[in-house]
Amino acid sequence: MKRPLVRLGLRARLLAAGALIVLVPAAPSFSQSAVDEIAKYRQQLQDGNPAELWEARGEALWKTKRGPKNVSMEACDLGKGAGVVKGAYAELPRYFADADRVMDLETRLVHCMTTQQGFSFAEATKRPFGAGASRSDFEALAAWITSESKGVTMNVALAHPKEREAYQLGEKMFYFRGGPHDFACATCHGETGKRIRLQDLPNLTEKAGAQLAYTTWPAYRVSQGELRTFQWRLNDCYRQQRFPELKFTSDASIALTAFLAHNANGAAFNAPAIKR
Amino acid sequence: MNSRRSTRAILAIAAVAAGCASMSDQEASQKALQLMKASFSERGQAKLDRLDQDEAQRLCSKPPSHELSKETSARIEKENLASIRYPADGKLIGDWKSGERIAQNGQGKQFNDDPKRPSGANCYACHQLSRQEISFGTIGPSLYQYGKLRGTSEAIQRYTYGKVYNSQGFTACSNMPRFGHNGILTEQQMKDVTALLLDPESPVNK
Repeated sequence: MKRPLVRLGLRARLLAAGALIVLVPAAPSFSQSAVDEIAKYRQQLQDGNPAELWEARGEALWKTKRGPKNVSMEACDLGKGAGVVKGAYAELPRYFADADRVMDLETRLVHCMTTQQGFSFAEATKRPFGAGASRSDFEALAAWITSESKGVTMNVALAHPKEREAYQLGEKMFYFRGGPHDFACATCHGETGKRIRLQDLPNLTEKAGAQLAYTTWPAYRVSQGELRTFQWRLNDCYRQQRFPELKFTSDASIALTAFLAHNANGAAFNAPAIKR
Repeated sequence: MNSRRSTRAILAIAAVAAGCASMSDQEASQKALQLMKASFSERGQAKLDRLDQDEAQRLCSKPPSHELSKETSARIEKENLASIRYPADGKLIGDWKSGERIAQNGQGKQFNDDPKRPSGANCYACHQLSRQEISFGTIGPSLYQYGKLRGTSEAIQRYTYGKVYNSQGFTACSNMPRFGHNGILTEQQMKDVTALLLDPESPVNK
């Protein structure tokens, strides 16, 4: 019941910030002042992040007995031992011997839902991304679990050969040009200081850009009123690249995540964030 | 085909012989493609054949550290230049007002787009064009005053239309989509975008 109120407040602030942007005169100096106003708008967003609502729901979901086996997820091993959530996200994706596979957070959650709670894969993955009243458990769980890594230094080790292979294949994917528009991830994220329309583009081939981008997902997207995970980020980038749809928790999605997460090593994790 | 297959076989043997822990670059490319084919699903108009690369896409899928040789770049440009089809009526300048709408429109070819509606070119995503539109990207160069600076000679018209049709005919591995070559824009749309760039009445040249 609290949720719509928070959103209203946010929308009002958004409108106010939008009005500032519109008032900027279209003079030759427009570029800098528009950029300044957008920076101000982004700053204004920081004082209240509705991601907290997803975090609270995610923590409750983690602790609630669910599924055919009626157990909670508290025995789920996210890589640092059964039930250990603190700092786990900063080391994902990683190799899990019990599945003989490199997994990112969402893939590991599906693993626990199927092996421990007894859900079928189809049931567990029926709603990867939320849309209004149709909410995604993954977005809530990811919000809470990632919030437990806030301030933790990113450390995706690549100690296992399969982790190194995932990284290598993820790098290949990053530069892979395809589709009717010839777009690769690198088309938009391979140079520093570029933007698409007025949106700044992080250079993911450089340490600073990779760190800034990766450590600020998941994020509450103001324009969508939803909390979005890294799986969503990749899915929607590929949509705009004009590729077919990236399957939720597919090996390619994990490989690309491994590449991007490892490149962010050394930075303090800082999500769930809030973005336009 | 045969030579590629045998190259692959030789590489595989070499990898086994060396007891390689990590994959060769070519092996990794092959494996990444297989991985992607298994990890994407067809949706709407976006079929899996969008992962089948043509030669330019394959050669341009390299990190900046792997610079293409001059010969390879020249070959890509030659082949792409040869693909350009100029309008049969010889007219390259359409309606700049329609061109402006095409330049603003970012829809088309995404899996959630209606394939019956014409695609946009979304020029503003990457280029500055008119002075009035302040929401422009910077991946490509500014095209403000494009026609005013270059004039509207037939050679410039042909270059401009050709660049929109297939950017890689002029610059191998350009980031710019090949709008005509890949069937994103129609002939009339490309004439209209050419008009947006060259017509003296277009806001680009004011």
